Amino acid sequence: MFRYIIRRLLISIPLLIVASFLCFGLVNAMGDPLAEWKLQKPRTPAEIAAAYERTGYNEPFMERYVEWAGDFVTGDWGETVVPGNAGRPVKDELLTSFGITLRLILAAEIIALILGIAVGVVGAVRQYSLFDYTATGISFAMFSMPLFCVALVLKAGGIKLNDWLESTGADRWIVTAGPPGEGFSGSFSEQLFQYSGAYILPTISLVVIQFALYSRFQRASMLETLNADYVRTAQAKGISQGRAIFRHALRNALIPIITVSSLNIGAGFGGAVITETVFNWSGMGKFIVEAITKIEPYQVLGFMMVTAVFIIAFNLIADILYAFLDPRIRLD
Amino acid sequence: MSGFDVLGEPRPDSGRDGEKLLKVENLSVDFPTDDGTVHAVRDVSFTLGAGEVLGVVGESGSGKSVSSMAVMGLLPKTAQIGGSIQFRDRELVGLDYKQMQPIRGNGISMIFQDPMTSLNPVYTVGWQLAEAHQAHHDVSKKAAWAKAVEVLELVGIPQPDRRASQYPHEFSGGMRQRAMIAMAIINDPDVIIADEPTTALDVTVQAQILDTLLRIRDETRAGIMIITHDLGVVAGMVDRVQVMYGGTVVEQGSVDEIFEAQRMPYTVGLLGSIPNPNMLGKRLTPIKGAPPSLMNLPRGCTFSPRCPLAIDACRETEPQLLETDRSGHFARCHRSAHLATIENPQRLFAHDEIGVVENPASLTAANPAIPVAESVEAVEARLHEEESSTS
Amino acid sequence: MGAPAAQAPAPDSAEASQFDNTSARKQWQVILRRFARHRLALFGFILFVLLVLFAFFGGLFWKYPYTDLGFKRYLPPSADHPFGTDRLGGDMVAQIIRGTQFSIQIAIVVALLSTVIGVVLGALAGYLKGWVDTLISRFIDLLLVIPSLVIAAVLVRNSFVVSVAGGSGGSNWMIVALYLGLIGWLSIARVIRGMVLSLREKEFVEAARALGASTSRIVFRHILPNTIDVIIVNATLAIAQAVLLEAALSFIGLGVQSPDTSLGLMISLNKNELTLHPWLFFAPFVFIVLISLAVNFIGDGLRDAFDPRQKRVKA
Repeated sequence: MFRYIIRRLLISIPLLIVASFLCFGLVNAMGDPLAEWKLQKPRTPAEIAAAYERTGYNEPFMERYVEWAGDFVTGDWGETVVPGNAGRPVKDELLTSFGITLRLILAAEIIALILGIAVGVVGAVRQYSLFDYTATGISFAMFSMPLFCVALVLKAGGIKLNDWLESTGADRWIVTAGPPGEGFSGSFSEQLFQYSGAYILPTISLVVIQFALYSRFQRASMLETLNADYVRTAQAKGISQGRAIFRHALRNALIPIITVSSLNIGAGFGGAVITETVFNWSGMGKFIVEAITKIEPYQVLGFMMVTAVFIIAFNLIADILYAFLDPRIRLD
Repeated sequence: MSGFDVLGEPRPDSGRDGEKLLKVENLSVDFPTDDGTVHAVRDVSFTLGAGEVLGVVGESGSGKSVSSMAVMGLLPKTAQIGGSIQFRDRELVGLDYKQMQPIRGNGISMIFQDPMTSLNPVYTVGWQLAEAHQAHHDVSKKAAWAKAVEVLELVGIPQPDRRASQYPHEFSGGMRQRAMIAMAIINDPDVIIADEPTTALDVTVQAQILDTLLRIRDETRAGIMIITHDLGVVAGMVDRVQVMYGGTVVEQGSVDEIFEAQRMPYTVGLLGSIPNPNMLGKRLTPIKGAPPSLMNLPRGCTFSPRCPLAIDACRETEPQLLETDRSGHFARCHRSAHLATIENPQRLFAHDEIGVVENPASLTAANPAIPVAESVEAVEARLHEEESSTS
Repeated sequence: MGAPAAQAPAPDSAEASQFDNTSARKQWQVILRRFARHRLALFGFILFVLLVLFAFFGGLFWKYPYTDLGFKRYLPPSADHPFGTDRLGGDMVAQIIRGTQFSIQIAIVVALLSTVIGVVLGALAGYLKGWVDTLISRFIDLLLVIPSLVIAAVLVRNSFVVSVAGGSGGSNWMIVALYLGLIGWLSIARVIRGMVLSLREKEFVEAARALGASTSRIVFRHILPNTIDVIIVNATLAIAQAVLLEAALSFIGLGVQSPDTSLGLMISLNKNELTLHPWLFFAPFVFIVLISLAVNFIGDGLRDAFDPRQKRVKA
């Protein structure tokens, strides 16, 4: 097991190197960070030369890549380069926003997985029941809704809720502008109130989308294992229906969803981009949208590398979990 | 013993085992589907005594597996079951999952067809065996594990204690089937149903598995019902044979009777499809056509569209399962008396071997001059001709 | 044998192919019948056809063109303007017709492109194995470590420049569609690769190989037809995903740009009207949901029609 982890980590190094090259190419294709600045008003050649010096775009592609990659590995992730926005180091800002987003994504992912598995299993066991039809209908609807609309509607609802709370004399609960910052303080219950108010809506909007996927998938894989020969064997042994469903069918149906959820973590980041835009969180989402809009090459690169490392790590955890659940897979 | 038994005298020497453990009467199973009702099993009756081995033979879709699942009470909820299944005088039809639980795996146990998929891949073989034991015995995990190792040894698995802690994927096909047998006998059941226990295995392993089953029978005096599509494989070990076609029993009798004096043309054709050393140098003679759709059964005898002996009566009324000219030998055939007079019935099917035709109806569609089944006169004339020419 | 030889028709190829055709047609008929019996799927299909008709021909019959911006602004829904008017004084029905049209055409281009790329690369990887497989699979792994929304956003950012420089007057919906298609093929490629890997070991493929069939013939005539169900279902679902992904991109301001439009862009432009002028937000929202719901229903129905395993009774 230990050797497997080491080997996987070693394999991910070349993957990361190639990924970094690809990202660099993508970012390069995004365009000239100075294009807009040059159009704003006539610039002197000296100004332009100085600005290009700062972006590094005056050097050939390969040289720029090697230089950036070397700096990146040694911990220097560069800084913003677009005039008017220039000089902010990438690393600190990125890591702060990563922390904010990570909490959001992990919470939503865990809740969506638990809910999705539970609803999927019940739907499969009671196939074609009222519950099954309802769950199927709801997940179809969730599947078909753009995430940002869900978030926007939730936000409007949150504001309504706040107004109503205020009219009853209570405090405003829902926070629709930003993550819990440093300003949160007070007793445990006060902090809980503040944190829940800030987290609840972004989490729900992320859960809604992921839940639809997980519950559909879990239902399908559970139906498959419920009809498997080994479940019939188990029933023929004279064990209870519950034991046949949970110890035999569910135990096997849990294996494939691990792969799905680990492949889906990237979509989680994508979803966070949307939710954070709606709820004004200064997390990874806001970070990347601003970086792309302004064409800040080193911010975009930093973002891509951080998510790449995170997703690779997440996949590794999923593989280990997979091997843990399925004795046919051997990790050595 | 049990002289009232209309379904064939048990083997004389099994009489000492006495009682009938399993008594199935007029069993029918229907599955309503979107496209119509599937009549999977119709009017099936049989009994099984202690120490007795009953062979159930038929093509896939003949209802043999469905009737065994009905005995186990493991048919899907949509199945409509009629008739009666009695185990030690207890009626099983109508019992729900929970009420069947004490009987499953304890009174009646089952060995499934495909050992590759019938064991749960995520638990060790020992765990799965112990689970079967603990389902019916209030014993500690350790005791159940010891029992698991014990039965693994009984079915001939070397190093059973080491093997018990391995996963199914570490077992070979034959070993898995042995493990399945071990699972079926761990609670010392009265009745063992083996659904094609050797189909997925190669020939040498087949013989070992069947030997193991017989040894178990001798040791536990359990009644065994072996379901197979290949009578040749089990011929040496069964006492009685029941031939199924189109969801019902078409012929029933002792194994010698069935092999020597078939009283139903389908059985003749079925045996003709098995390589037989006596027919060396002759071609195998498959039955033309395909088994009937269980949703749209043919009128009259279900075999009549494929039967070389069919007359108008066969296409109008379905015959009853009646005792033939030989005692203890039953057939569901209007023509069994006539069949008895034919000397070498194998030749009934020994014609028309130019290519294998999946669907004879397509031939008549292409050329209406071709009869689907020859007329009786034509067959007899030809048989006569052949006999005179070969002798 | 003295038996009279039956006059079995000579198995000539014309005869054989005639039989083949009947059975193939029957299979399709069975699938179509199962699909038609799937009530939700049929509903989805009819809904989708209506939406397409509405989007592409609705403009011909609706009384106001989308270019007519001369109405009073922010009119609530009425008999004259069923969806009200927008902030520029345009009739919302006319705007929705145009937005639906753009959203559907983007989605279809994306679905076609990503399916073709995914099937070809997946089949190549699965059939050729070796270094081709390694290359393609690693490339997929690579693209999977970056969220596709971000790749799309980066690429589309570039399209702003391209569309202006390319003289297309700022029209960029086609570029957005192409870029989305270029990154949407990953999952279908993985699925097809897996299926081809197991199909290539099947006897009928070996038989074709033994008969000297060329690689492309084996892949396109023998292997891929066996994956057609998966391809069709995935392509259908890809339409729904494309509608939603395009909407998300437009929302963060990195999707379709004016003068083009899309339902996503319309929602994004009206996101602050949710409480004051809700019809501006909910009209495009409902149409996005309708498109993607219809397509999802069709996909689900097709899946059931192709693979009725879960409903069939074991007999």
